[in-house]
Amino acid sequence: MRVVVDHFDLYWHGFLKTLGICLWAGSGALVLGTLLAALRVSPIPPLRGTGTAYVTLVRNCPLTVVLFFIAFGLPEVGINQSYYRFAVAGLVVYTAAFVCEAVRSGINAVSTGQAEAARAIGLTFGQSLQFVVLPQALRSVVPPLGSVLIAMVKNSAIVGAFGVGGELYGVGASLTGAQGLAALPVLTGVVLGYLAITIPAGIGLQVLERKVAVAR
Amino acid sequence: MRARFTVALLIAGLASLSACGDDKKTSESKTGVVQFEAGTTMAALNQAQKITIGTKFDQPLFGLKGLSGAPEGFDVEVAKIIVSDLGIPEDKITWIETPSSVREEKITTGGVDMVVATYTINATRKERVSFAGPYYVAGQDLMVKKDNTTVTGPESLKAAKARVCSVSGSTPAEKIKSFVDPAQLTLFDVYSKCADGLRTGQVDVVTTDNVILLGLIDKSGGEFKLVGKPFTTEPYGIGIKKADVKFCQFIDETLQKAVADGRYKAAWEKTAGKVAPTPTMPAADACA
Repeated sequence: MRVVVDHFDLYWHGFLKTLGICLWAGSGALVLGTLLAALRVSPIPPLRGTGTAYVTLVRNCPLTVVLFFIAFGLPEVGINQSYYRFAVAGLVVYTAAFVCEAVRSGINAVSTGQAEAARAIGLTFGQSLQFVVLPQALRSVVPPLGSVLIAMVKNSAIVGAFGVGGELYGVGASLTGAQGLAALPVLTGVVLGYLAITIPAGIGLQVLERKVAVAR
Repeated sequence: MRARFTVALLIAGLASLSACGDDKKTSESKTGVVQFEAGTTMAALNQAQKITIGTKFDQPLFGLKGLSGAPEGFDVEVAKIIVSDLGIPEDKITWIETPSSVREEKITTGGVDMVVATYTINATRKERVSFAGPYYVAGQDLMVKKDNTTVTGPESLKAAKARVCSVSGSTPAEKIKSFVDPAQLTLFDVYSKCADGLRTGQVDVVTTDNVILLGLIDKSGGEFKLVGKPFTTEPYGIGIKKADVKFCQFIDETLQKAVADGRYKAAWEKTAGKVAPTPTMPAADACA
């Protein structure tokens, strides 16, 4: 535990960096994932096909490969951004596929009568999705979405290998590699850092779940 | 004294070359060779007419074992110079791979007669082995794109706002932190990713030991160049058995001669010279 106390400064900065990455990537993934879910239930076949193709492709690729294509593929075609943005983009692209499927399962759980009623009072597809179906769907998918987001926090450990220096896992790597400290105590500190993000997130999700639950 | 020594060596070399199985001649050549004081490592090696040398098999331009099966590189050439002055033909050398972790052990257990393997001389290692040389001074350097003129050394990095790449957890990565802001630094797990980033314009500078950089430059097809201002010193020595002062002195003298007669330059030009100008030989450390 001495290690964590001695290098608290490093750990703290790593924690903040990882937290920042997760907040950006999490919000991005929720937005993109919900849009994809809308595509997948849309009545227009090309849109549906796009959504299905995206999920099939991205969900079945290892995250490392997705990050590789973004961090090393995009510069190859002349798109230069900071590695931090590439990392966030990679996490968004990857996590969105899982968010999409969770949201879609929620949409499917909303009884067809709801959508039919919405159409009967003259709402368009977009309106019925926005005002009737999605609000009900999202309430029921808080637990699976929580799992997806917590998995994303842990996945973010990989971005250290793609040029993002100083995030939580990278701090561990530099302490063991360059300063030659024993790996286990150093990694214990890293674990504590991740727990400090995921456990409060889990509790927050539970509260949210109770708050938005509706008796049906 | 030195001239006499050279002549003696020449005679020894010629004699050993002309020794073709005729017993009488062999014994004559050995009398010539006894210019190596009896009982020294040189005499023993010359007598045996074979030598085992440890080098790297995976370091481009210094010691790399390619498809030909024999290692190639500057370290290998330096070893060959010493071997030829020992009066041993090149084809009697047995090359053994000595990665960084086993070098001291191979020397102390007698697994090799000497080690020429990008072997940095330092105090910890001197406790177990002795070093002849140094024959080359490596150091941390910067690699940039061929057309980059703003980066001239580590001090210029901050002003140039250069994005610097290195490998996480490595000594060079820690070292460069004193020259740049943390935000300027990009860290990967391997150097090939840094080189890729440099090529695609994601970073402006790659930093590590110049020897590794030379290997990357060699592979880049002329896209990268070395800034050429090393800011750390890693003197490469030739590892031999501890306290073999005579062998150490012999190697140092041989290296001096190799510089004088151009063999040192030729060895460099044949290998690392493809991508970097010939270095000047550093002054030898005292043999102990």
